[in-house]
Amino acid sequence: MHSNCLDCDNMTEIIEVKDIVKVYRNGVKAVKGISFSVSKGEIFGLLGPNGAGKSTLLKMLSTLLRPTSGTATIDGLDIVKDAGEIRKRIGLVAEKMILYDYLTPYENLKLFGKLYSIEEKALDERIDDLLKTVEMDKWKNERVKNFSTGMRQRINLIRGLINYPEVLFLDEPTLGLDPHSSVEIRRLVAKLNREMGITVILTTHYMEEVDALANRIAIINNGEIAALDTSENLKRMISEEKVLEVKITNSAKAIESIRELDCVRDVSSRDGELRIYGQGENFVDSVIDRIKSSDSRIISIKEIEPSLEDVFIKLTFGGE
Amino acid sequence: MGIKSEISHTLWITWKDLMELRRSKMRMAMMVLMPLIMMAMMSFMFPSSNSVSNIPVAIVNADSGSAGSEIIYAIEQMNSESKMMILKNASSEEEARNMIVEGSTLGAIIIPEDFSQVLSTRSSTADITVMTDNSNPQISQILSQVLTQIINSMSEEYAVMGLEPMAREIGINPVAMVVPFKAESKGVTESSSYVEFVIPGLLMMTMITSVMTGLPRAIAYEKDIGTMNGFLAAPISRFSIIGGKALGRIIRGFIQGILSLVLAIVLFRINVYGSLLSIFAILFLGVFSFVGLGIVMTSIAEDEETASMIIMTLTLPMMFLSGIFFPIEMMPSFMQTISRWLPFTYAVDAMRRIMVFGATLGNVYTDVVVMLAFGIATLIIAIPVFERGMTR
Ligand SMILES: Nc1ncnc2c1ncn2[C@@H]1O[C@H](COP(=O)(O)OP(=O)(O)OP(=O)(O)O)[C@@H](O)[C@H]1O
Ligand SMILES: [Mg+2]
Repeated sequence: MHSNCLDCDNMTEIIEVKDIVKVYRNGVKAVKGISFSVSKGEIFGLLGPNGAGKSTLLKMLSTLLRPTSGTATIDGLDIVKDAGEIRKRIGLVAEKMILYDYLTPYENLKLFGKLYSIEEKALDERIDDLLKTVEMDKWKNERVKNFSTGMRQRINLIRGLINYPEVLFLDEPTLGLDPHSSVEIRRLVAKLNREMGITVILTTHYMEEVDALANRIAIINNGEIAALDTSENLKRMISEEKVLEVKITNSAKAIESIRELDCVRDVSSRDGELRIYGQGENFVDSVIDRIKSSDSRIISIKEIEPSLEDVFIKLTFGGE
Repeated sequence: MGIKSEISHTLWITWKDLMELRRSKMRMAMMVLMPLIMMAMMSFMFPSSNSVSNIPVAIVNADSGSAGSEIIYAIEQMNSESKMMILKNASSEEEARNMIVEGSTLGAIIIPEDFSQVLSTRSSTADITVMTDNSNPQISQILSQVLTQIINSMSEEYAVMGLEPMAREIGINPVAMVVPFKAESKGVTESSSYVEFVIPGLLMMTMITSVMTGLPRAIAYEKDIGTMNGFLAAPISRFSIIGGKALGRIIRGFIQGILSLVLAIVLFRINVYGSLLSIFAILFLGVFSFVGLGIVMTSIAEDEETASMIIMTLTLPMMFLSGIFFPIEMMPSFMQTISRWLPFTYAVDAMRRIMVFGATLGNVYTDVVVMLAFGIATLIIAIPVFERGMTR
């Protein structure tokens, strides 16, 4: 499913971001000089932990926030100077749902359709089409107030599509959804991308989400791009990573000698507990040997599945 | 982006806000209830007949002659109609004073021992003492005013009676001898009570508070919950967002204003002299003059609560300084100066002149100009401030 854009390299760049920076008024540097470009028809994933700056980046690209410095263009239009023109071409599904509880799906969509100056008859048809796409046509005239989160998110999603945008920004579109609804939404996004050729920029915490959807993924941490690659390559990077969590006596001395190991990438210590990151078949054996040979006693040891955060730590704090 | 589509966007945003209101029964009920409660409260505070009744008053008649009893009889006669007082007897000035101190009466009429004698010999002016409970200033003032007036006019009558034979001899009117001239006060309109003074301002206040407290909800709340992003990311002018939000609030305020007006007419039977059209125009202008300020405050604040707090702190003193409850002329001069800088003062003034005096919009053009100017100036400031507030 995610290989529908094999020729991405040959396609035109629709989004170009150059050294974009956002410093909030309270001094928080949320985005610290990010550059990348996205091809037309691509699904581009932004993966990162809480506070990484994903939403900030997306808000700047969707003209909701002014960058502190740097530039970005969509279709060659500048996001600051040509904001008005860009707004016509983009769709936004923000972190917080843009949906009015007291209105029906029809009314919600109608309101925004009117704000995009879509002609009455075309708009009504479009609303019906979109509602059918997400299988919500039965609920057209019920109040959103009584909908489940999954139903709401489907309406929220098509609200962002009311103007048939060229670029769709999706900020954590499956947040708070059950696995079934999440899969539904992902399937839908893939379909929109495939059938309508919409370029999608998607942020998420979930590896499987970008894995299923995105052609390329930028891992963002601390306002910077830590890695940018295809999902296959990134996945390989993660699956090779092993993490050991050990509790030992006399840890200070042991850390030094563990670090010297070739198969170890990083060691971090938190409340007397060590986290050792590394790879290779002999990784666990070698670490245990080193602990034993440095007069430490093992209190507990376990191998843990690498989480996304572990990857970020590896990628961003390298040899710390 | 043509002006036509801008207006259409504005109206759609207004439509959305009003739709949300219509769908919420609680909010609808509160909107109707607010002016109702306010006017009901007013009617308790300022009963429509602005007279007082059943004030306990002690009467001390120490007079040995008959003149004292005659005067008391006359007072009783008068009181049996107006029911203003409950008359009680007391034996001495001492006792009457004690009754006031205890609180069992609020005043006393004391006729001294030698009253008849002084009156008949005309050796000097005979005195009647009116004593009041000055720990209760309002009642005390009314009572002493009314009683002195009654007694003085009885004294005049007495004088006229005494002069009558003499006056007839020289052929003049005895009344003119006793009271050669007097002042007669006359208002521009027939009657005016405190209620009539207060109601126009209250109407203005109902509407403006409705709009001013509503704006933070309409704007800051949507910003908080994130739905504002839908408007901000849409290809619409920022003015349409502000305009749509403000218009929704103005319409709500208008409904409340009209409700209050109807209630005021029914509850207080106040006379509305001005044309309804001028009243609406001033209501609209008054609110218009505030919308920009409300948007500025809301945009500066980081969330809805802060916005509400800023606006409350700002509007509350404004209500008092603008002369709704008491005339500006009664305030210290520095406060009068502040008052002259508040648009609300002009709104209240215009409303009062139109409702109570039947002034036309032309009569209050200074007020109109000030409100328009303030409204336009603040709106011009509001647009960039709003834009900045939303995209920080
Ligand atoms: N309006 C704001 N004012 C000040 N700081 C902000 C603001 N919005 C976000 N931040 C800060 O900027 C940083 C990046 O936030 P952002 O919301 O972009 O992260 P995110 O990657 O979307 O995180 P999440 O996965 O939790 O949504 C955080 O440290 C956050 O506290
Ligand atoms: Mg986010």
